[in-house]
Amino acid sequence: MSAPVRITDSTLRDGSHAMAHRFTEGQVRGVVHALDSAGVEVIEVAHGDGLGGSSFNYGFSLEDEIELIGAAVDEAARAKIAVLLLPGLGTVEDLRHARGAGASVARIATHCTEADVSAQHFAAARELGMETVGFLMLSHRIGPAELAAQARIMADAGAQCVYVVDSAGAMVLGDAQARVSALVAELGDDAQVGFHGHQNLSLGVANSVLAYQNGATQIDGALCALGAGAGNAPTEIVAATFERMGIATGVDVQGVMAAAQDVVQPFLPRLPFADRSAITQGYAGVYSSFLLHAERAAERYGVPAHAILQRVGEAGYVGGQEDMIIDVALQLARERDGAPAGG
Amino acid sequence: MSRLTAAIVGPGNIGTDLLVKLLRSDAIDVHSMVGVDPESEGLARARALGVRASAGGVDWLLAQDDPPDLVFEATSAKAHLANAPRYAEAGVQAIDLTPAAIGPFVCPPVNLDTLAGAANLNMITCGGQATIPIVHAVARVAPVEYAEIVASIASRSAGPGTRANIDEFTETTARAIEEVGGAGRGKAIIILNPVDPPMIMRDTVFCAIPADADTGAITASVHAMVERVAAYVPGYALRAEPQFDPPREGWNGRARVAVFLEVRGNGDHLPPWAGNLDIMTAAAASVGERLALGKEAIA
Repeated sequence: MSAPVRITDSTLRDGSHAMAHRFTEGQVRGVVHALDSAGVEVIEVAHGDGLGGSSFNYGFSLEDEIELIGAAVDEAARAKIAVLLLPGLGTVEDLRHARGAGASVARIATHCTEADVSAQHFAAARELGMETVGFLMLSHRIGPAELAAQARIMADAGAQCVYVVDSAGAMVLGDAQARVSALVAELGDDAQVGFHGHQNLSLGVANSVLAYQNGATQIDGALCALGAGAGNAPTEIVAATFERMGIATGVDVQGVMAAAQDVVQPFLPRLPFADRSAITQGYAGVYSSFLLHAERAAERYGVPAHAILQRVGEAGYVGGQEDMIIDVALQLARERDGAPAGG
Repeated sequence: MSRLTAAIVGPGNIGTDLLVKLLRSDAIDVHSMVGVDPESEGLARARALGVRASAGGVDWLLAQDDPPDLVFEATSAKAHLANAPRYAEAGVQAIDLTPAAIGPFVCPPVNLDTLAGAANLNMITCGGQATIPIVHAVARVAPVEYAEIVASIASRSAGPGTRANIDEFTETTARAIEEVGGAGRGKAIIILNPVDPPMIMRDTVFCAIPADADTGAITASVHAMVERVAAYVPGYALRAEPQFDPPREGWNGRARVAVFLEVRGNGDHLPPWAGNLDIMTAAAASVGERLALGKEAIA
């Protein structure tokens, strides 16, 4: 790698949550073309919940994700196309299809305490000749030493980089620093360390800078912050900030600013925004992708979305448990109506 | 009542939990607990319960003068693939709790009556045992083009075998949702949750149904099925009434029914949060009891 920091853009994966998984091939091609032209080296494309995510529980994709991955590969002149896979949802078979469509980076995501479910997927990714990245979701839930031990499991399974993933946008500055430092110390030369930030407490960019300063060499962003919750660290702001700090990323700042404003913003149903529900996610440490699901359940059952999210946080639900949002909404509705809580 | 004798092969958590259940059964006499490790805690626990136990493996079991009528396999898919032909040769009927899936999938309230004569019966997965009855309950009163299940289990209840090959869970369960549940297409999702104290197993079943499906008939069918499962898994319960949603963008014009379940274990060997292990062993025990009843009918 030439630059000290490599930016991976996740507009077309994490942004899928904010788009209710309704990306079209035209949008994918437009975003890939703009990012590729601006020198972004890795572009992630998949359903928001990763390969195989198209479902009742997470939302059905408008267009088949393998087709979208193929279109992205076709459009990219230089960038590598990455995919995300959550074991327990996506399978090795899904990974093979993505590889067949030309994806070359496999990002395998588990809850931060469950790294050992990823071993078969890392092995398959390496066999398929893919670059590998481990994704420890909701990394704020455990301490730095415990997180580093989970990163070691992923590195031993074949991950070439392990990310501290602030899925809830809950890390407050030092939280990100301490976790990145612990992973760097544990992994040494065995694997790189990355950071994936969210904006629920508006700290995605600041946390990304601190991550770099503590040894992270891969940083995620999304154009216009398009992503779950209040959105991701915006790629264009991350690139601009790093450039102002004199840290090379290989990304053309004007190019990504244009990509955000001229390519992505026109098709956004709404701009990511830290409203009460999104801030609650950062504050209570709730998986960012739960936001739109909570809003939908709030409307269906007539209870406040932020109350659902608060309760989901208290229950300790993890990424993937979107079904529990309906369960919580039903509980809140029963409590509102004065009926005894069920089960 | 005529009784069958049954050996349990694999003295781990599942085997031990099953042992506790079989010792309570009126239809099954426990023949033995079989392992391969002389130091096994499971074998020691079996002995403490007055059960014959051996670390001599299947060699020991099949060399006995009184081989069992049934064997419950609670080892691994690999071990069962090796053992299954030997059971068949010895005329011992096998109830397989591993993902080997040599024999047909069995879900007691759905298809056990049609399969009781099979030499080898596979118990699918914990998530399958929890959700396939519900898929079937919907599919018997309305066409189900697609069914999807989400199983959430406590991290502590997921053993190393499950963790090393989690695709086996999703793929096997999805196939059984189609073949046994009766859905046109099946999908399965499993989530491990580490929260402390551990969460009780939760399962959600989503079925795509016609926009004009008879929701009253579906609700009644689901309630009847929950009652049938609860007869052998006492902690099996609905969290709420089935939830019906009209067609939404992306649902191909189909409406949806969502069923929210909780599976509280019986606390036989593992605590109640391990409902996933409880429903497997309870379902396997009920298969054994049904086979004993069949023997009585013939005799």
